[in-house]
Amino acid sequence: MAGSEIIEIRDLHRHFQVGSETVHALNGVSFTICEGEFVSIMGTSGSGKSTLLNILGCLDTPTSGEYILGGTSVSSLNRNQLSTLRNRKIGFVFQNYNLLARTSALDNVQLPLMYNPDISARERKERAYTALEAVKLTERANHMPNQLSGGQQQRVAIARALVNDPVIILADEATGNLDTRTSYEIMTLFQELHQQGKTIAFVTHEPDIATFTSRTIKLRDGEIVLDSPVEQQSASEALALYEQNMKHSMI
Amino acid sequence: MNILNLIKISLTALTRNKGRSFLTMLGVIIGIASVIIMVSLGKSSTASVRSELSSMGSNMIMIMPSHERRGGVDMGSGNSLDTKDLKSLKENTKYVRYISPSVSTASQLVYGGNNHSGSIQGVSPDYLDIRQIELESGIMFTEEDTKSNAKVCVIGKTIVESLFTNGENPIGQTIRCGRVPMKVIGVLKSKGQNQMGQDQDDIVLAPYSTLMTRFAGNKSRNTFNMIFASATSEEESEMAATEITYILRSNHNIKEGSSDDFEIRTQEELLSTISNVTRMLTLLLTAIAAISLIVGGIGIMNIMYVTVTERTKEIGLRMAIGAKRKDVLLQFLSESVILSLVGGVIGIIIGIALSILISKTILHWPIVISEGAIGISFIVCFVTGVFFGWYPARKAANLDPITALRYE
Repeated sequence: MAGSEIIEIRDLHRHFQVGSETVHALNGVSFTICEGEFVSIMGTSGSGKSTLLNILGCLDTPTSGEYILGGTSVSSLNRNQLSTLRNRKIGFVFQNYNLLARTSALDNVQLPLMYNPDISARERKERAYTALEAVKLTERANHMPNQLSGGQQQRVAIARALVNDPVIILADEATGNLDTRTSYEIMTLFQELHQQGKTIAFVTHEPDIATFTSRTIKLRDGEIVLDSPVEQQSASEALALYEQNMKHSMI
Repeated sequence: MNILNLIKISLTALTRNKGRSFLTMLGVIIGIASVIIMVSLGKSSTASVRSELSSMGSNMIMIMPSHERRGGVDMGSGNSLDTKDLKSLKENTKYVRYISPSVSTASQLVYGGNNHSGSIQGVSPDYLDIRQIELESGIMFTEEDTKSNAKVCVIGKTIVESLFTNGENPIGQTIRCGRVPMKVIGVLKSKGQNQMGQDQDDIVLAPYSTLMTRFAGNKSRNTFNMIFASATSEEESEMAATEITYILRSNHNIKEGSSDDFEIRTQEELLSTISNVTRMLTLLLTAIAAISLIVGGIGIMNIMYVTVTERTKEIGLRMAIGAKRKDVLLQFLSESVILSLVGGVIGIIIGIALSILISKTILHWPIVISEGAIGISFIVCFVTGVFFGWYPARKAANLDPITALRYE
């Protein structure tokens, strides 16, 4: 089901100067992600996966190498152009949700569209509503984040990542703050989005979460050590199984 | 991002912390309110002085004899203005519309069994026009009466009340002033008290010639206490004063270089002296108020710094989802501008309310709200917001999204 290439990375390097030492966070990374893929990026801390995610998310630019996102070469863009690119082409999901406090779910979801002057207030609201529909949270549209559970907050965050119809959704340890059950629920949601044709890159260090994706890229010391398709497990089945086990253990 | 979104975002952020927003505004509120009060009260006091002065008479010019000095010896005052001066002033001035000498003498007034100790003022018929006094009934004496030293007088309300206690019509009656019987031919409209608390209705006006011949005891006098004049218009009162000075100096044979033996005060002069004092005071108080405004601005800056640090994560998120540096800068800048503008509006309202309250209840001055001060306050608030919000906002805009997102 792989479509056209969305992300193309060639020989990516990212160096940091820490004191007198140069840290090679990324050391010649190359891969492509095609439309409709569900990629997990794995690695221990210090493997360079956060750096890679920052570059994929256009928050950072590589020291050398080529990054082409949806036909645009990112390496040469300035800060403002990067902002616009993030606004139109990328959806972020963070580990700690990063919702604005005391702001309703609907307003939180609208936020990315506020920075797009082409979208009217009315269209903004409509699209935010549609995005909330996709994560099945329309009945909570006017709730504040502190009135929502962790799983619900993450779903609002996913709706926020969907609202600008991005070419790729970048999730950074999106299940890291959630219990197993809620993690499975969120993964089920991601799989549904994948099913609908969304392209997703999912950074995680949990191997069992990675089994719900269709492809795994493993990083170690700034280099790719493994890039292979995965036999995708169904998160909804895992959830059902988990609930059954819980019931048994309760008895 | 358009302006409307910007204002919406800023307002949401500010209302999230209502208590703190209000406390931050308090500095600006106090600053603006005190500026408005100071300027308004300053203007009110000037207006009050102006109305007081104009009730004394319009475009009035007072000519008084000053201390004469001859060879370093003070010859005393009061003898430099005489009938000859009056005559030449009447004949030769161009910018003087009315002119009236003034002599006065203390006298016991008697009618029937009633007594009133007061003074009689000798003037010419022009006096009423100069001082803006109106007749309530009867008539004013004429130039003819002046020529014939007629024993007629016009009296004020206080005199009527104390002499004519039986309610009889004073006009046509004869009262005794000292030893001289005078016929009352007119009653003046009441003017009430002046600012100094003097009763302006305790007045008896008679032809100056009568006073100078019949009340002077054995020898008649020909000098005046004062000469009142009225300029043709407010603008021409300076010219009138110059003209009078010239005529009197030549009458008195004063050589160039030596000082006048008389003093001229125009109403404008009096007004500008008083206005100058109030203006200085207003300026001083306004400067103090402006300092409190600066303190208010620093308060805003302080809170904006705290806000930026507190909301680092929010800034990181906004940048991650597409906010440009400019967007973040404008967001925080508009927050501080809204803070100071709202504070300013509240300050203006409080300032106006307190100015009215103070002028009405404590000072009894006419209420003058200075539109200029309100306009300037508004501009100052905007500038304060931009100036003191700039650095915190720039700090926010310069944050690195990656670091900001990770900030705990």
